[in-house]
Amino acid sequence: MRLVICAGPATTGKTAVLRNIIRRLLESGNRPAFLKIDVQYAEEDEQIAKEFNIPTKKTYSGELCPDHCGVMVLGDAMLWAKKENCQVLLVETAGLCLRCAPYVDGGLGMVVLEATSGMNLPLKVGPMLSLADIAVVTKIDRVSQAEREVFRARIQDVAPKVRIHEVNALQGIGIDPLVERVLATPPAPERMFLRGTPPVGTCTICVGKKEVGWQAHFGVVRPLDQQTFYRGE
Amino acid sequence: MNIQKMTIFGGRSKSGLPEPVQRLDLNMGDVVSIVGSTGAGKTTLINDIELFADANTPTGRRLLINGEKPPAEYRDNPACNPIALITQHTTFLSDLPVGEFLTIHANIRSKDKSQIEDLVTRTLAFANQLTGEPVQPLIRMTELSGGQTRALLIADATIICNTPIVLLDEVENAGINRNRAIELLRQYRKIFIFVTHDPRIALLSDYRIVVKDGSISDVFHTDEIERKCGERVSVLDDALTNLRNQLRRGERLSQAELESITCA
Repeated sequence: MRLVICAGPATTGKTAVLRNIIRRLLESGNRPAFLKIDVQYAEEDEQIAKEFNIPTKKTYSGELCPDHCGVMVLGDAMLWAKKENCQVLLVETAGLCLRCAPYVDGGLGMVVLEATSGMNLPLKVGPMLSLADIAVVTKIDRVSQAEREVFRARIQDVAPKVRIHEVNALQGIGIDPLVERVLATPPAPERMFLRGTPPVGTCTICVGKKEVGWQAHFGVVRPLDQQTFYRGE
Repeated sequence: MNIQKMTIFGGRSKSGLPEPVQRLDLNMGDVVSIVGSTGAGKTTLINDIELFADANTPTGRRLLINGEKPPAEYRDNPACNPIALITQHTTFLSDLPVGEFLTIHANIRSKDKSQIEDLVTRTLAFANQLTGEPVQPLIRMTELSGGQTRALLIADATIICNTPIVLLDEVENAGINRNRAIELLRQYRKIFIFVTHDPRIALLSDYRIVVKDGSISDVFHTDEIERKCGERVSVLDDALTNLRNQLRRGERLSQAELESITCA
């Protein structure tokens, strides 16, 4: 099972990019499963299931941060995708506090940023960008060539090893190289570890237990199929 | 990036027929228009160019650069992409002063740091020949008018980006001096491709690509008669612009204006 984790701020076009990737994966005979991790509301799973007829699921992180939730449920999700006879698991997750990143070693880490969010954005998103394998820049037709180039240079300043791909997800421009990257990713290892070092904190992940799967944790744990509705304050 | 020529090999129309024009060569220095009614496939053609289509888009078109398959890095590495794109949606988002903004961009583009100041000065001078209201280096990008923004987008793509191919998708609507623009662009050896509904731009181009039913149906080189038509169109168009400006300024029209539109 190949694992792709797609992160990025809200409204950057993560789902639009993944939709294009799913279409091309299906065309090339690869069946993906789709998991959406969000805090309290998401409907992308239903839209994608309807559009492509592939297995989809969502999980609400609720009182956990989405990256913490990801660590908890990814182990289960890999088993689920395998049971559904898929070759790729695509995980879409919201990036929120910008102190850690959801990517795991052995999986493809993809951050989606929009060119319209200002030239300094790459300097502000931290490990979500610097720990990614590829940075996908969307909405490139909306900004001047100058800002597009400055945006790109700022990404390279922050994350020199991250490969940049510029796309127009609405027109499907620039998607093929992403699909090639997905297909070139080796199957994810059985035991998976979070790629980055999380910030200081008191939960098991925050204190550095990085192994994926709720079985490896104590305190607040969460299997994939346990849904709680989070109301916040 | 020494690009001399771009070749488009035809694919299929929307109704599945072979594209009438099966081969088109665009050479460095060409100023080209793409014309056709709404929905005819102008933007699709632009997309094929932007994608370096290789029979992998819905049209089945293929693109060669200098007679060969374009290197993968054109597609994979945005820094190597030889195409600059300006669409009707393209705008500046930065609120930096113009001079500072252009300096940041020039610093990223230019290896020779002693050239930066000169690049910025030339870009501003270029933009200011296209627009009536001069762009000052201290004005903030977000305060630029529609015409100033278009003018600066074109100047920046031509001088600082300096990519060999520039695509301009319906940029005519915001008041820039189009005759002057094309005259200036001709001084730079690039391929300029305008998607346009503007007869003035179409007739000032070396040739125009006619798109119908998702295909290139014809390529017309602007001949002597059409060039003369173009001159008349410019006179007509200027007369209209003058009228518009007079009305805007709160002036009344007189016999002179009546004659200017009658004989035009």
